[in-house]
Amino acid sequence: MTPNIKHHLTEELLLGYSTGSLPEAVNIAVATHISMCDECRAAAEAYDSVGGAVLDQAETVSVSESCFASVMESIRTAPATDRRLARRPADPVLPAPLRDYVGGSLDKVNWRPAGMGVRQAILPTSGEATARLLYIPAGTAVPDHSHGGMELTLVLQGAFRDEDGHFGRGDIEVADSEVEHTPIADIGEDCICLAVTDAPLRFKGLLPRLAQPFLRI
Amino acid sequence: MIRIRDEQDEQAFAEVFQYFAPRVKAFLMRSGTDAALAEECVQEVMTTVWQKSAMFDPARASVATWIFTIARNRKIDILRRQKRPEPEDIYWGPEEEPDQAESIGLQQESEKLGAAIAELPDKQRELIEKAYFGDLTHREIADMTGLPLGTIKSRIRLALDRLRHAMDRK
Repeated sequence: MTPNIKHHLTEELLLGYSTGSLPEAVNIAVATHISMCDECRAAAEAYDSVGGAVLDQAETVSVSESCFASVMESIRTAPATDRRLARRPADPVLPAPLRDYVGGSLDKVNWRPAGMGVRQAILPTSGEATARLLYIPAGTAVPDHSHGGMELTLVLQGAFRDEDGHFGRGDIEVADSEVEHTPIADIGEDCICLAVTDAPLRFKGLLPRLAQPFLRI
Repeated sequence: MIRIRDEQDEQAFAEVFQYFAPRVKAFLMRSGTDAALAEECVQEVMTTVWQKSAMFDPARASVATWIFTIARNRKIDILRRQKRPEPEDIYWGPEEEPDQAESIGLQQESEKLGAAIAELPDKQRELIEKAYFGDLTHREIADMTGLPLGTIKSRIRLALDRLRHAMDRK
């Protein structure tokens, strides 16, 4: 858990995560933020409680007579598993959902240069949104850009500042297509973020726009 | 559910199955699964309920809520062919007893929440059902405000706080 988180998930994202209607890449950002934020974890579990109540009150469709027997059969034939989960080692930068996608800790990230010292690694997801890790050297500005859709930026290390405020570890910025912003990493430490977009970013300058197809930003 | 978790009690599991299997099947069918696939998924969901029963924590979720999350994840898997990233777990240590008062409190809040949803005007209740059954448009989502979540949110928050303290003491 990370104390002092000031920028949280929206109710719409929490509801979408609970009902399962978000693209996989967006789910990664939500699950990662919740890993660090008890407030949003409690909110997400409250939304799940609504799902439980809906399931409880739902109409029923009878299952076949053999259904229970089949379940017991598969339970008995399943390989014995440890009924308690092994505790996974915590990582100071990447919470568990990101470690699953990266295949380990930070040293497993396959960084690619994205210009001006910024590096990125696109995470393998299906669906209409894209998730990437961004490595922004301390004091560097990411080119001024706006969005065709939504962009989520979740800080994992260091901090950045833009027109909307200051974002430290665990903070998530939810920007819609209206926002044009220029995030600048704090001087103290290189900044690592998870950025999720559901449409390609639009850069204002000509050069970044030319580079865009190659960077897959 | 506790008897399933702690004693692998098959009779208790049969009761949970009898109550929830037809509900999970209806849930999957309303989400767009045909009857045969829904039946297959019910088997997988209920098998998971048994196999993961060690993770059931009555201070954090009712049985219905816990089974809902398993069914939802299975639904995402089969309908959208996507995996579902889950938050990092927070653990009870093996010797840590879940707090009895917390689980009773959560159970009461869950019942209140259920009653509150049942008493909503039809139109609003249908919106909520549609959201969770997965056929809601963006416009309709924007109309959904004021879910009766207040008390249950703080109850879960309290359970999480206690859990953090319990872990800090170790």
